Amino acid sequence: MSTLIYTIITLCVIGIVSALVLYFVAQKFKVEEDPRIDDVEKMLPGANCGGCGFPGCRGLATALVESDDISSLYCSVGGDSCMGSIAEYLGKVAPKKEPTVATVRCGGTCEKRPHTNTYIGATSCAIASSLYVGETGCAYGCLGYGDCVEACAFDAIHINPETGLAEVDADKCTACGACVKACPKGIIELRKKWPKNRAIYVSCVSRDKGAVTMKACKAGCIGCSKCLKVCEFGAITIENNLAYIDPTKCRLCRKCVGECPTGAIKMIGLAPLVKKEPAPKAEGGATTTAPAATPKPQSTESAPAAATKQVENKEA
Amino acid sequence: MKTFPIGGVHPSDNKKWSKASAIEVMELPDVVNIPLSQHIGAPATAKVAKGDKVVVGQLLAEPTGFMSAAIHSPVSGTVTAVDMQPNGQGLRQMMITIKREGDEWDPSIDRSTKLVAECTLSQKEIVERIKAAGIVGMGGATFPTHVKLSIPEGKKAELLIINGVECEPYLTSDYRTMLERGELLVVGTRILMRAIGVEQAVIGVEANKPDAVKHLRQIIGTAGDIKVMMLKTQYPQGGEKQLIAAVMGREVPAPPALPIDVGAVVCNASTAVAVYEAVQKNKPLIERVVTVTGAEVKEPKNLLTRFGTPVSALIEKCGGLPEGDVRVLNGGPMMGRALCNLAMPIMKGCSGVTIISGEAAHRGVESACIKCAKCVEACPMGLEPYLLSKQARKKAWDAMEANDITSCIECGCCQYTCPANIPLLDYVRLGKQTVMGIIRARNAKK
Amino acid sequence: MANKFLVAPAPHVHGSLSTSRLMADVVIALLPALAVSVRVFGWNVLAVTAVSIASCVLLEFLVQKFLFKGPLTINNLSAVVTGLLLAMNLPANIPLWIVVIGAIVAIGIAKMPFGGLGKNPFNPALAARVFLLIAYPAQMTSFPAPQIEGAADAFSGATPLAAAKAQMVTFAGDNLLEMFTGTIGGSFGEVSALALLLGFVYLLVRRVITWHIPVATLGTMALFGAIYALCALGGGMTTLYFPAFHLLAGGALLGSIFMATDYVTSPMTTKGMVIYGVGIGAITMCIRLWGAYPEGMSFAILIMNAMVPLINKYVKPKRFGAR
Repeated sequence: MSTLIYTIITLCVIGIVSALVLYFVAQKFKVEEDPRIDDVEKMLPGANCGGCGFPGCRGLATALVESDDISSLYCSVGGDSCMGSIAEYLGKVAPKKEPTVATVRCGGTCEKRPHTNTYIGATSCAIASSLYVGETGCAYGCLGYGDCVEACAFDAIHINPETGLAEVDADKCTACGACVKACPKGIIELRKKWPKNRAIYVSCVSRDKGAVTMKACKAGCIGCSKCLKVCEFGAITIENNLAYIDPTKCRLCRKCVGECPTGAIKMIGLAPLVKKEPAPKAEGGATTTAPAATPKPQSTESAPAAATKQVENKEA
Repeated sequence: MKTFPIGGVHPSDNKKWSKASAIEVMELPDVVNIPLSQHIGAPATAKVAKGDKVVVGQLLAEPTGFMSAAIHSPVSGTVTAVDMQPNGQGLRQMMITIKREGDEWDPSIDRSTKLVAECTLSQKEIVERIKAAGIVGMGGATFPTHVKLSIPEGKKAELLIINGVECEPYLTSDYRTMLERGELLVVGTRILMRAIGVEQAVIGVEANKPDAVKHLRQIIGTAGDIKVMMLKTQYPQGGEKQLIAAVMGREVPAPPALPIDVGAVVCNASTAVAVYEAVQKNKPLIERVVTVTGAEVKEPKNLLTRFGTPVSALIEKCGGLPEGDVRVLNGGPMMGRALCNLAMPIMKGCSGVTIISGEAAHRGVESACIKCAKCVEACPMGLEPYLLSKQARKKAWDAMEANDITSCIECGCCQYTCPANIPLLDYVRLGKQTVMGIIRARNAKK
Repeated sequence: MANKFLVAPAPHVHGSLSTSRLMADVVIALLPALAVSVRVFGWNVLAVTAVSIASCVLLEFLVQKFLFKGPLTINNLSAVVTGLLLAMNLPANIPLWIVVIGAIVAIGIAKMPFGGLGKNPFNPALAARVFLLIAYPAQMTSFPAPQIEGAADAFSGATPLAAAKAQMVTFAGDNLLEMFTGTIGGSFGEVSALALLLGFVYLLVRRVITWHIPVATLGTMALFGAIYALCALGGGMTTLYFPAFHLLAGGALLGSIFMATDYVTSPMTTKGMVIYGVGIGAITMCIRLWGAYPEGMSFAILIMNAMVPLINKYVKPKRFGAR
């Protein structure tokens, strides 16, 4: 009996002593923190994707609470509504951004871009691209080992086994920019997100001369300037043998799409423009390259092409 | 027998295929492509333009700054282009293309075979000549030799080590050079000793080349200034730091420390021959011995090849590519770079073309790490490759830096030995490149 | 061109090591001990071994096929090694159903839930042995008497250690030779020191393991035993006999050569291996001399297994060029 009592007493004493120690330690090391940080963190999406530039949502929450001007802080996952409510809660001016979506600018499918060798190293775009040009003759195109897939916290980007290219699920993409950073070739760009995921962009980043590009890939931009000539909005520029459509200026008029001799200008969610003369559709043009998004007759909202801030494209 | 203190592996050296074939002169190619970057450091600046006529030995491009090297024409003919062209890895690189016409040499080059042993030039003059000849480390690292020989203020060279180890399996170009051009090598060594002001030199040779050791000892005879040291056959015995440790018993500290910090200057055996030719014969670096070898290569050879000759021509000369799956390497099987483009021109650092064919060309299937610690045991730098590769996969760059990733010499021992076929070095190398980038950016900020 | 160009980063050649070769070597190294066991305890030994290996392999196969649904890696022989080592830790006359339970614990609890080969923190065979020791103490400690003529019968039914415990031994040095060649009862892997040492030499020659762990473990045990003998047993010849007895008795050799050196659950650096071995040796001797169980090897190894991540984190190899 006495054993039992001793045991109970010993355990109780140990418990009380530990509790006291813990209490004093907790007091001693208490960190004063603005309680609003917790609230703001709860209002953020909680994806901890790092798209804002902070290590996690709490980092952004702390920055939002602590800085007076929050115009440079933005959570692309939550978007304007989330930032608006946080700004309201904190009594600050809400930062605004046009929604963007990750866009893979390479059309070099297995069929268009023949393989010249077989890579058997570790499955990583970063490793392959630091080693050599890749399995095709194109030094700029998508390698297809899925560094972007691994980087995506939202399951929004995948390698299509048929084309060997990365494809973005625009509905899932939160424009956090993780894939943009992960891509060693700098192929992925955050571009303005149009309603119904419509898009027109140059699906190529090859800076090779036209002839070289052509030899490596049938879907590459050869820098022929045809698109430049038809664009009425000055949205297209050509630099280093490569056309680029500025998403802030483009109005989705679709004129350039039909002009492109290689079909490098990709159109998504739009019907091809009906030309007056018989359609040059047969020439590997728009319809064949555009994925099977339902072509909708146009009802293009006049696009406010103003405030879209272009995220800088990481150079390889 | 001396060797380095930790790690190392014993791959079968497979030098048997090409070691018996004497150096042959490769036919001159009709067109050569000369990359402007054949060395570590800034690419050279082109001094010729399209349409220019050039002769053998004429300066094509001059060094851009101190950490760079001059490039000379290996053939005579007309420059047809100065342009971006794909290199062996398919990456675009600036190259000078020359269409060959005859074989007309710059008259200032002494082409006689007479051995000129006497050298009375000053230290500075020697280094100047070496720089003018565009000599770089010919073991593969292609570090400009004049930079190595310019001993920084406050440091002192104590010993010159000539690297005749050739620990890389398959390759025999240094071995044949030591056997057939030993006299030149010894004179070159003495010139290098003079250039850095040391009294002693050691030629390190692995134990699998006893005839080379014997031959060199015979040439040196009773002269006490150069010793030939036979070292244990163990990869990577020819790694600069490993060689210094084996010969001198001193360990070069982690980067940014250099061999000179322990008083050593290391030059490759072929480099020493090039130094002889540059200083005594005024012949710039325009050719080198290239081993073409492989299990299924019909006639493995050691070819004295002018730079700019395409790899495909050498392979043709040796009986063509074996059928089926091949891995064609610029260099040996442990550290060579795989080619995807046989048009690659032979360059200063190209000691061999290795062709691995058939089943051996494939990699084994990766399986789970069983923590056998073989990689830790094999690492000659005392690193933990299993840990580093795991951290690289997780992109834990800070942790990699804390685990001394910058010490990695990319010798490949870890991956060679891994029983689970894990591509350890693939990831470790990626981590090293990334961490080096981070460090550079940090230093630039300061 | 008929050629297919393969491109990969260096190195482009690979050594002859493979997981299955290493595992096969461990199996080969255990064969002498198994053979001695068969000679000492009869054919029952083979039945236990076969059941143990078969159930381990089958279980691992089922888990990989139906739970992991990943690639099947059963041919790397790791399950065979686990099964063989488990069997080596059992008495020869153990009911076969207990062997199956042991296999279920080893593979189903100690190995696969952590992710399979390479990820388990504890040695599966030992975890199973300890489980069985606690769950079925009677069956696990009643060892059959050796079935060969002229065998020492002094401790019939109990291992020398159990006897030693009972007498708080002080020990007599008369049957050391029998313990060495293996004509004394016990778990059947523990029987012959000679056979186990033969296996050790094989593993060393094949470079499967390094000497660090076994030598550190056994060295610590010997030192510990000698000091104990000197202080508690009055010194004299006992100072020699007592440590020798402890090295030969129980699972000291089997444990230090085959169980403690398990790749997955041992440290990665030689320095770490020595620390780990010393820890095992010390804990084993503490349990043997002052603990409730006669044998402490299994517990000592499992305790040190738990320390391995810590050792790996803090014990780094000497970097080249470090002062």
